[in-house]
Amino acid sequence: MSIILDHVNYIYGEDTPQAVHALKDICLQIPDGQFVGVIGHTGSGKSTLMQHMNGLVRATSGHIYYNGQDIYDADYDLKALRGKVGLVFQYPEHQLFEVDVFSDVCYGPKNLGLDKKEVELRAFDALRKVGFPQELFYQSPFELSGGQKRRAAIAGVLAMKPEVLILDEPTAGLDPKGRDEILDQIKELQTQTGMTVLLVSHSMEDVAEYVDRIIVMNQGSVLFDDTPHQVFAHYKELEEVGLAAPQVTYIMNALKENGFCVDTSVTTIKEAADEIMRAFQ
Amino acid sequence: MLRDITLGQYYATESVIHRLDPRVKLVGTIFYIISLFCFRNAWGYGAAIVFLALVIRLSKVPFRFMVKGMKSILFLLLITVVFNLFLTPGEVLVAFWKLKITKEGLVLAVTMAVRLTLLIIGSSIMTLTTTPNNLTDGMERLLRPLKLFRVPVHEVAMMMSIALRFIPILLEETDKIMKAQLARGADFESGNLLKRAKAMVPLLVPLFISAFRRANDLAMAMEARCYRGGEGRTKMKPLIYRKRDYIAYLVLVIYLVGSIAAGRML
Amino acid sequence: MGIIKTKNLVYEYIRRDEEGNVEGITTAVDKVSLNVKAGEFIAVLGHNGSGKSTLAKHINAILSPTEGTVWVDGKDTAKEENLWEIRQTAGMVFQNPDNQIIGQVVEEDVGFGPENLGVPTKEIWERVEESLKAVGMYAYRKHSPNKLSGGQKQRVSIAGVMAMHPKCIILDEPTAMLDPNGRKDVIRAARALNDVEKITIVLITHYMEETIYADRIFVMDQGRIAMEGTPREVFSQVERLKELRLDVPQVTLLAHELQKRGLRLPKGILTTEELVEALKCLSY
Repeated sequence: MSIILDHVNYIYGEDTPQAVHALKDICLQIPDGQFVGVIGHTGSGKSTLMQHMNGLVRATSGHIYYNGQDIYDADYDLKALRGKVGLVFQYPEHQLFEVDVFSDVCYGPKNLGLDKKEVELRAFDALRKVGFPQELFYQSPFELSGGQKRRAAIAGVLAMKPEVLILDEPTAGLDPKGRDEILDQIKELQTQTGMTVLLVSHSMEDVAEYVDRIIVMNQGSVLFDDTPHQVFAHYKELEEVGLAAPQVTYIMNALKENGFCVDTSVTTIKEAADEIMRAFQ
Repeated sequence: MLRDITLGQYYATESVIHRLDPRVKLVGTIFYIISLFCFRNAWGYGAAIVFLALVIRLSKVPFRFMVKGMKSILFLLLITVVFNLFLTPGEVLVAFWKLKITKEGLVLAVTMAVRLTLLIIGSSIMTLTTTPNNLTDGMERLLRPLKLFRVPVHEVAMMMSIALRFIPILLEETDKIMKAQLARGADFESGNLLKRAKAMVPLLVPLFISAFRRANDLAMAMEARCYRGGEGRTKMKPLIYRKRDYIAYLVLVIYLVGSIAAGRML
Repeated sequence: MGIIKTKNLVYEYIRRDEEGNVEGITTAVDKVSLNVKAGEFIAVLGHNGSGKSTLAKHINAILSPTEGTVWVDGKDTAKEENLWEIRQTAGMVFQNPDNQIIGQVVEEDVGFGPENLGVPTKEIWERVEESLKAVGMYAYRKHSPNKLSGGQKQRVSIAGVMAMHPKCIILDEPTAMLDPNGRKDVIRAARALNDVEKITIVLITHYMEETIYADRIFVMDQGRIAMEGTPREVFSQVERLKELRLDVPQVTLLAHELQKRGLRLPKGILTTEELVEALKCLSY
């Protein structure tokens, strides 16, 4: 059970003079239950890659297998795939349209053709899972705060009970408080349900402490694909492509260059403090 | 999908036609269209074709690019031809089953096809060689006398140019919301008309809300930059007639008189 | 008197339910008094809903105070006759890069402000050129704004305000919708205007790393000024910032953590170099 991308290429605007090779020969395997961070700056192809995973965008060449089945097979049910691979777009609150939050969250499961009771159960469950306060269930989605709107929108995808959840920059435009709350919630969700989560971000610092694996995209190719520790070890190469490792990585490397005997692969403040204290003893 | 329509989309290059004052091009286009409706014989159309060919040559816009744009209205053209061909009464040339082609019908169909094609290509030259902004400026200046009748010419021109700026943004947004709803299992393609119309609600509501939010933001940004209507405004790119514009007007008058004379008298 | 001064500024708005009945009153800005000197680089930090954007909109006379007074360059913003002069003196850049560009060509957008002010054509061109050069966007003057990145669009917006020759520029969360590279470019442009052109800058943001170079920081919470001081003074109070749910630079956090564990480091460490130096001193 997994998603496999086999030599996927995507060329945008083929047969026009402005053709862009947006994805170049991507081979990836996402096993079940993994929490993956996908990092890259604007235009690196990370969002396009995510839209391939649920069949919204069709690869120019290559294959994508979901649970062993080729999603480009003529008889493959793409609509069902979109229910299994939930995709939360950037600024997802822009897709809210119903008169109240609860009806909006019902939209996804209703499209799956479930009966009314099941739809409502799922909507209720999804809203609870994202920590949406119950007293706001029947509020207009347009009167909520930025953070609440985003929760409602994420619940709208979650209500389809996807096996894989993809979030495209779920914290864009939120303040530090809102960002931490959303990320904590996603982490909790992942631990509780064990679902596969792909978190797209352009900030290393944000995802470092949450994910098991980081895929770094650059100019349509996979630049690194490894554990956070291993990826941040390449902090100089990351810098060259306009991405930065967490500040902790820089501090530890600077200390090492200045003769301190510290392990430079730590990624969190606590680990760094442990390391420095150890060096002092 | 909507982005594929190239009919009359500005083609960036350097040419005499591109450099002409937008007012000349606007007036010229109107003159050209008028001339097309004055002809009574083939000579007039001949003159119109030669004139158009010259202008296309001068504009340096590849003819292929224009023809590509024509594709989207080919259907309209075909319908016009077919209707004229079969539905004009007169001397019967060919007849099979209930359909008759008459001599008058044939002449009319050919005339209509030529006239429409010239009309479309002729007016697309204007938009192909003039930036939308320049065009709005030209219109604002040409329509200025209407201010006397309390027509808000400046405001209308400003609205048009803002609309032009936001069309690509809203198209992109439509695409994004559509994808987002597809990811939530939306189906925009199957079902009867009513079902399809209903399926559009999750697309249209967010789009309207976004458009209003943008309008609100933009109004605030414009006020913050001291915008207060057309009064007391200066222009960064004022329209000034140059020598080439006067020459162009002269050429236009010669064409108009010459072609109509040929088209009606020869 | 400074270039921007507020005294007991209060801004309230009335919340209404669907039928238009008054539900309650929200105080967005609550008795704020501050004084900004000409040429300063001020950062206003705070999370969403802290009142920082409402405060910013008062400086440009988009909003008018419920109570108290705001003076820009000595002029009371509540007086109708000062309106246009104030908007020219205090230019404003907004959050959404798409929704504040009016022109379809970069240079035409930058010329929009001067056109409104009735500046003669020749001078408009001079101003457009110098403003685009100041933000490093001159090479893009003939481009369509739709083809630019978010950071580039924001720099065009800054140039558009610059071309009106303001004395101060208020940037209302200009980086909230940008990626890290775009954010850096915008902040760099703002700092250059402050350094080179001596324009007073008020930067509203929730990213703490953008405030490190400010002369002074105001931290807002629930409509009030909760903290005020130089970046070093503000960031040395790690516990207080955490209470306000604001970010603290990782290096400051690490230094704070090390202090708690008994290392005697100086307060308010802001950069990696400072931390390395301080640790080096300790180890000898």
